Amino acid sequence: MTDYNQQMIEKYRENFLKEVEHNVEEGEWVKMCMQCGVCSGSCPFGPYWEHPPQELFMMIRAGKRDEVLKSDSMWMCTSCYNCIARCPRGLPITHIIHGLATYAKRLGLAPKEQPTAKFAQLFWDNLTKTGRVNELKLGLALYFKVGEGLKTALENKDLGLAMLKAKRMNPFELVGGHKCKDIKGLHAILAKAEEIEERKIGMKA
Amino acid sequence: MPEAIATNQTILVVGGGISGMSAALEAAECGKQVILVEKNPSVGGRVAQLYKYFPKLCHPKCGLEINLRRTKANKNLRLMTLTEVTAVEGEPGNYTVTLKKHPRYVNENCTACGACARAVEAEFDDEYNFGLGKRKGAYLPHNLAYPQRYVIDPRILGTPDAEKAKAACKYDAIDLDMQPEEIKLTVGAIIWATGWKPYDANKIQPYGYDRYPNVITSVEFERMADPFGPTGGRILRPSDGKEAKDVAFIQCAGSRDRNHLKHCSRICCMATLKQTTYLREKYGDDYKASIYYIDIRAIDRIDDFHRRVKEDPNTRFIKSKVASITEDKETRNPILHGVDIEGYHRYSNPHDLVVLAIGMEPSVPADAFPAKVRFNEEGFIVPDEANGAIFAAGCSEDALDVNRAVQSATASALHAIQVINRVAGTEG
Repeated sequence: MTDYNQQMIEKYRENFLKEVEHNVEEGEWVKMCMQCGVCSGSCPFGPYWEHPPQELFMMIRAGKRDEVLKSDSMWMCTSCYNCIARCPRGLPITHIIHGLATYAKRLGLAPKEQPTAKFAQLFWDNLTKTGRVNELKLGLALYFKVGEGLKTALENKDLGLAMLKAKRMNPFELVGGHKCKDIKGLHAILAKAEEIEERKIGMKA
Repeated sequence: MPEAIATNQTILVVGGGISGMSAALEAAECGKQVILVEKNPSVGGRVAQLYKYFPKLCHPKCGLEINLRRTKANKNLRLMTLTEVTAVEGEPGNYTVTLKKHPRYVNENCTACGACARAVEAEFDDEYNFGLGKRKGAYLPHNLAYPQRYVIDPRILGTPDAEKAKAACKYDAIDLDMQPEEIKLTVGAIIWATGWKPYDANKIQPYGYDRYPNVITSVEFERMADPFGPTGGRILRPSDGKEAKDVAFIQCAGSRDRNHLKHCSRICCMATLKQTTYLREKYGDDYKASIYYIDIRAIDRIDDFHRRVKEDPNTRFIKSKVASITEDKETRNPILHGVDIEGYHRYSNPHDLVVLAIGMEPSVPADAFPAKVRFNEEGFIVPDEANGAIFAAGCSEDALDVNRAVQSATASALHAIQVINRVAGTEG
């Protein structure tokens, strides 16, 4: 639990819907859900979610803060946009789901060992280091930190070799790797963006 | 037909469905001169296509017949079939209306003996049955068609069939040289009652109406249930002609959906509840009905009907908008996929037949409307000063059931009568 989480609990005591509306991207749409269930039925990953989208929306309205934010459901979204395309009320469901995931992470409530959450962090760290995604390192990190190490790596060896052969992956990326021209500039931009964001959401004065 | 004579004290009613007929009769029975135009070869509209009305489950043909008798008896009312309005100009109390009258190729000598239909070989999809059956190239639109006169489909003109029809007629009723006519009329007020059409089910991609034969619409189901319909009143699966005893109904198919019609079509809940009673009527206890719904909107007095259906042990209510339909390749059973909101259970339910409770949209789209009136975003006419003396009746005004459509028609007749009275100087 972070201070920020405590701060939000006190600010929105008992009104989780309002908290979502104020802090989650597109959160103001949650109250528009009419519980028809088309999103859950249309989701290709539907059977694997603990709480499908329309259930999450109902839980938000019912004030089940911990159950929603600590759930791994919103980390199951693959951004296929089927739910948005079919929602009869035009809710931007994919965006709300990602918004909830982001908010949960910011509060420090996101499940620690959730594979897609872990991978998202790996991807971000990999990308921001040099300004370019280092596919070899990202792939290895995926196998050894998220997957089952050597076993996952071996399972994917044919794919890796094929990528090497097709010159889609460079083995020398393992040492250093390519980067963008102005890495200092990129880091400055990201730091500034983070500062603006933190001020906007009230984590910093 | 003699040339219709109209003055600025005449009321023009556009559309000869239940709303148009009611409005025209109310005005004519008040002593006003009324011209009723209908684009199809016969009046009756959607009501003529129903098997039963809710909530009393009486037969619409009965109500229609009363209206037809009133129509025949009233000398103030002139009916023009196969006629469309192409332009409206002018102002309240003085409109010039351009009508296009399509040829029927059959004159008033016709006795509806049917000899022409027997002679003709060409067959076309039967519009009256939503294409579920075929009709001949010379045909009577349906049993209760008024006028009781055959029609020659223009598609057989120039083929040997046209000559065969002409030769078969003993009464010299077939005139293949009839031409379309343009008629200009002066009228004082206009009642617009062009009604509704079923939303195009092909546009609801996840339900596969275009791909799976055993997914049909509620209007098609209605025709099947009619003993005079294309299946003789039997509920048959289009894929194999077998009787369907496990029937699913999907509510809000095309309604209350930003991708389709935004409005609630209002009749579909009641139509489905009514249609489950058809199954009981046909099969006794040997059937299953499953209603997939978001919420049942059985408005005001008809909630009793809803409760009665709910007590039926053979009818099951599933609170869920179906997400998609697939098909079992072998049995051709549609399989419904979705999540049941009561308990969040994921289901994949096969059924013999799926009925889409299809939404209602205005027949005449706002951009094709021949006069300047105000529409809401769903394409229904909004009452407004700017509409002048053009008054909407029935489903031109909103998605309405028959009861409300007739109320709306009576209201529009009163509005039109006031305009005519003003024109005639009988009112201050």
